[in-house]
Amino acid sequence: MKIAITSVTKDKESVIDERFGRCNYFAIYDTESKSFEHVENKGVTSSQGAGIAAGQQLLDCGVEAVITGYVGPNAIRVLQGGNVAIHKFTGKSIQEEINLFLDNKLEKINEAGPAHAGMQNRNGRA
Amino acid sequence: MLECKTEMEGHNMQIAVLSGKGGTGKTTVSTNLAKAMGWQYVDCDVEEPNGFIFLNPKITKTEKASIPVPKIDPIKCVGCQKCVKICQFNALAWVNRDVLFFDKLCHGCGACSLVCRYNAISEVDREIGNIDVGNDGEIACLRGTLDIGEPMAVPIIRNLKKMIGNENTIIDCSPGSSCTVVASIEGVDYALLVTEPTAFGLHDLKIAIELVRNMNIPFGIIINRASDEKDLIEEYCEKEKINVLEKIKFDKDIAVLYSKGRMLVEHDKYKDLFLNIGKRIEEEVSCNLL
Ligand code: SF4
Ligand code: SF4
Repeated sequence: MKIAITSVTKDKESVIDERFGRCNYFAIYDTESKSFEHVENKGVTSSQGAGIAAGQQLLDCGVEAVITGYVGPNAIRVLQGGNVAIHKFTGKSIQEEINLFLDNKLEKINEAGPAHAGMQNRNGRA
Repeated sequence: MLECKTEMEGHNMQIAVLSGKGGTGKTTVSTNLAKAMGWQYVDCDVEEPNGFIFLNPKITKTEKASIPVPKIDPIKCVGCQKCVKICQFNALAWVNRDVLFFDKLCHGCGACSLVCRYNAISEVDREIGNIDVGNDGEIACLRGTLDIGEPMAVPIIRNLKKMIGNENTIIDCSPGSSCTVVASIEGVDYALLVTEPTAFGLHDLKIAIELVRNMNIPFGIIINRASDEKDLIEEYCEKEKINVLEKIKFDKDIAVLYSKGRMLVEHDKYKDLFLNIGKRIEEEVSCNLL
């Protein structure tokens, strides 16, 4: 089974990125080979729909579970539609979060965090 | 300057009024200028159109504004995913052997239906807002209103601009410098940048100036809520050789008119001021036409 963790940098010691759609990398852990692969998040370069692009990318990689902080409503639709379980990280290292996940100790995310968590205010209005 | 005047005949000007940020008095300037000059008023600030509150026109017609969005026939769809790949707006996803459509992200560009070789995509209209047509007895007024929570402002602005009649027109743009502003000012003859003499005002003004310069639109500045002293905006404009068309000083008369929801041009002093602004714009535009 493949588990994707939203990651700030490209190594397995990286801190976890709280944002799903706008994270820099996905650390994809394969429970069979017990190894990591890091892929750039395609959503990061999207002007809109980052979470959808990111979700699509993970589905295309065959990921079955995600560990992250906040997921927007569109990304939830993509991930849940693809039967990917979404889990909330607890602030530990990537490896520890994976262990917690495998022990079934991570909380599931069923509801969207704030949409456009990574987006600036759109115009001059406060 | 005045000798340029004759060139104006037969040419209808479109003048965009913009501001780097909200709350500078952009709508006050737009509506009063339109009223003083007898120019058509078009509210392109579709997320928060409020020019009609001041002009209070009689609305004669309301049209729905919509964009064409894809409708996918699951029976004809073979799952080639071409539509998902072509959509640059991430409005389509391929999930669990189905095309998933995110209507709020769709710009209605039509690319997906073009690439589908299986005829599985047809286009249907999705309503995004309204366009109101009216007049206040003297000037023609148009207003676009985006539905609440609707992100697609650009298509409604394009629709609105297509409805602009063959006459001199004031286009009231949304604050900021987003793509909605770009759509609003595309092709205008002149831009009027409204700002106020504060550090924030100057900061946002610089962004607006960069935008209109990039788009090659001649422009001038109006400093609102000004005082008699020379302020930081004037200093900046002097240095940059930018035209300050007018300083509108904040005084008791403005406050009183404003609090009653009245137009400033109801007061002779301001009527003259806006007539003067309008004439200066006419001169500038006619000289640019040479
Ligand atoms: S392009 Fe047409 S056939 Fe291919 S996935 Fe999209 S809708 Fe289906
Ligand atoms: S019309 Fe354009 S934006 Fe809308 S789904 Fe199709 S390709 Fe994407």
